[in-house]
Amino acid sequence: MLEARHLECTRGEKKLFRDLSFKLGRGQLLRVAGANGSGKTSLLRIMCGLLSPSAGELRWQGRPIRAEREEYSRNLVFIGHLNGLKDDLTALENLRFGAALGGVPADLDHALAGLDRFGIAHCAELPAKVLSQGQRRRVALARLALSPKVPLWILDEPFSALDVTAVAELERLLAAHIASGGMVVLTTHQEVQVVTHAVLRVDLDLHTAALLAA
Amino acid sequence: MIRTLGWVIRRDLLLVFRRRGDVVNALVFFIIVVSLFPLGVGPEAAQLRNMAPGVLWVAALLACMLSLARLFAPDHQDGTLEQMLLAGEPLVILVMGKVISHWLVSGLPLVLMAPLLGLQFDLPGDALAVLCLSLLIGTPVLSLVGSVGAALTLGVRGSGALVALLVLPLYVPVLIFGAGSVGAVAAGLGAEPHLMLLGGFLALALVLAPWASAAALRIAME
Amino acid sequence: MSKSKRVSWFYFSSPQTFYGLAGRLQPWFSALAVIFCVVGLYIGFFIAPTDAQQGESYRIIFIHVPSAWMSMFIYLVMGFWCGVGLVFNTRLSSMWATALAPTGALFTFIALWTGALWGKPTWGTWWVWDARLTSELILLFLYIGFMALQAAIDDQRRADKAGAVLALVGVINVPIIYFSVKWWSTLHQGSSVSMKSAPTMAMTMFAGMIVMALGFWMYSIATALSRVRCVILERERHTEWVMAEIGERK
Repeated sequence: MLEARHLECTRGEKKLFRDLSFKLGRGQLLRVAGANGSGKTSLLRIMCGLLSPSAGELRWQGRPIRAEREEYSRNLVFIGHLNGLKDDLTALENLRFGAALGGVPADLDHALAGLDRFGIAHCAELPAKVLSQGQRRRVALARLALSPKVPLWILDEPFSALDVTAVAELERLLAAHIASGGMVVLTTHQEVQVVTHAVLRVDLDLHTAALLAA
Repeated sequence: MIRTLGWVIRRDLLLVFRRRGDVVNALVFFIIVVSLFPLGVGPEAAQLRNMAPGVLWVAALLACMLSLARLFAPDHQDGTLEQMLLAGEPLVILVMGKVISHWLVSGLPLVLMAPLLGLQFDLPGDALAVLCLSLLIGTPVLSLVGSVGAALTLGVRGSGALVALLVLPLYVPVLIFGAGSVGAVAAGLGAEPHLMLLGGFLALALVLAPWASAAALRIAME
Repeated sequence: MSKSKRVSWFYFSSPQTFYGLAGRLQPWFSALAVIFCVVGLYIGFFIAPTDAQQGESYRIIFIHVPSAWMSMFIYLVMGFWCGVGLVFNTRLSSMWATALAPTGALFTFIALWTGALWGKPTWGTWWVWDARLTSELILLFLYIGFMALQAAIDDQRRADKAGAVLALVGVINVPIIYFSVKWWSTLHQGSSVSMKSAPTMAMTMFAGMIVMALGFWMYSIATALSRVRCVILERERHTEWVMAEIGERK
């Protein structure tokens, strides 16, 4: 459903990767691997439509995303390096605004349930600026719990700053999403224990895209 | 789409409410700058009355321009802007929302404060009314045009002075007709042509500026 | 300023091929610039009659008016090529616009200075807030803003595109600014010191200004061609052809 054709990315003077092609279907997880600076974040941003590739194109459901950016954006949730949280808003407010702007408005109960999944329901009324790094990351990730119907999840280093419980919870969440036919794209330095049939691995260092059986 | 616009405005206003200093800053700057002029040129009433429209308008211009740093930069830094680009709604709508809340916080207080400051300059009542009206129509134009400058310089070093350089020349027509309207009333002529032109600028800015800002934001986020 | 030659249009839209073309064209435009300017100055300083009111000092308009025309013209052309670069995503259009900007700023500067030099002997002041001078001043800020924005952004593609948006916003604003300033000037002019129409235009004067304008136009093209070659070399410095080119020079 998400198809990359001969993607090429040049940042500044450096050509990060070229001629990258892969197909990501329903119920599949794509793991982007590569050393620091190899272009993982750039590839993810290209997949979100935030960055234009210097060559090649990306297609969603057979149509180029460039043509229908808004429609495509409605089908994805992106959680990047920056958490997208406002310091002066509480965790709950941040989550509800984030969900609403993403097109999936969440009422109070759902939002609290989302925070609870990651064990931070007790932080709901605290402003984000007093939360720890890990707690802020979890508030950002709680949006995923509210977006089961959004097919494509694109996550940049989602496991960073998370403790063991939170990592396990996120893995469960991702597995459930994939099992229900969703798609996940992520970069991570850690080996991911997401139980799934199909893990597609794109290795930017080696310029390969291979489908691995889990 | 209107709902998303509402969410954007609500979030921004909630943020300002939590940090009320922002509103006060723009207003205090406006008051201070206006008060500097009599100190600089002397308190003679006729001279002040002559200067008043220009002084008040320039001060409003500068206050608006200073507050542009608040418009997109904080969102850019914490990742909220990224999420707005991925919102699935036309970016133009979201930009409009940001500009509206910016004006409510940085422009509208100036409109409300101006009559009091105009009294300090001994402006007659009808001139004060026109001053208010011209600022009411003109300050949204300042926010709209300023948003283009703010979007272009997002994350660029030295962006404070750079925004001023980019945006102040574009403010000149608004300044000319804004201050001109008050001057016309003070001289006994009508202010309608000026205010109509300001209205025209507002209409033009409403159509073009959000579009240019959205394009500039996408360019800045690449 | 058409680049179309006997060969297909798009052949020259690659920086590499345009580099060669620019190098070959530049001497021709320089020569034309010199010829036109010499003729224009000759007309302006020797052939055109002495003005009844202003004497000899009015002759500065043969530089002032054409440079003002060029400053506006170059901004529009710059805006045009910025637009092309933005829509068609061609690098060369952006490079050409970047190459034009300093020349446009220079003409704006010359217009301002010659305006001051005219004002002093004629009306006794170094600066007059008339419509044209004030518009030129604002236009200078627009040029400087464009160049400053491009200089401040490190990423080249972003600098090109951001500059393009700014230039296009500027192009829409230039007529608005000019109209506003003109209105403001007529309103506030006590004694009408208008730099535009002070000497009633004799045919020779007009001819002189046109020839000077042509000379300035040729000069702009020549300088922009030479400057764009530098821009191309700098931006394409990692490609083989540039490295070969620089190697040859050494």
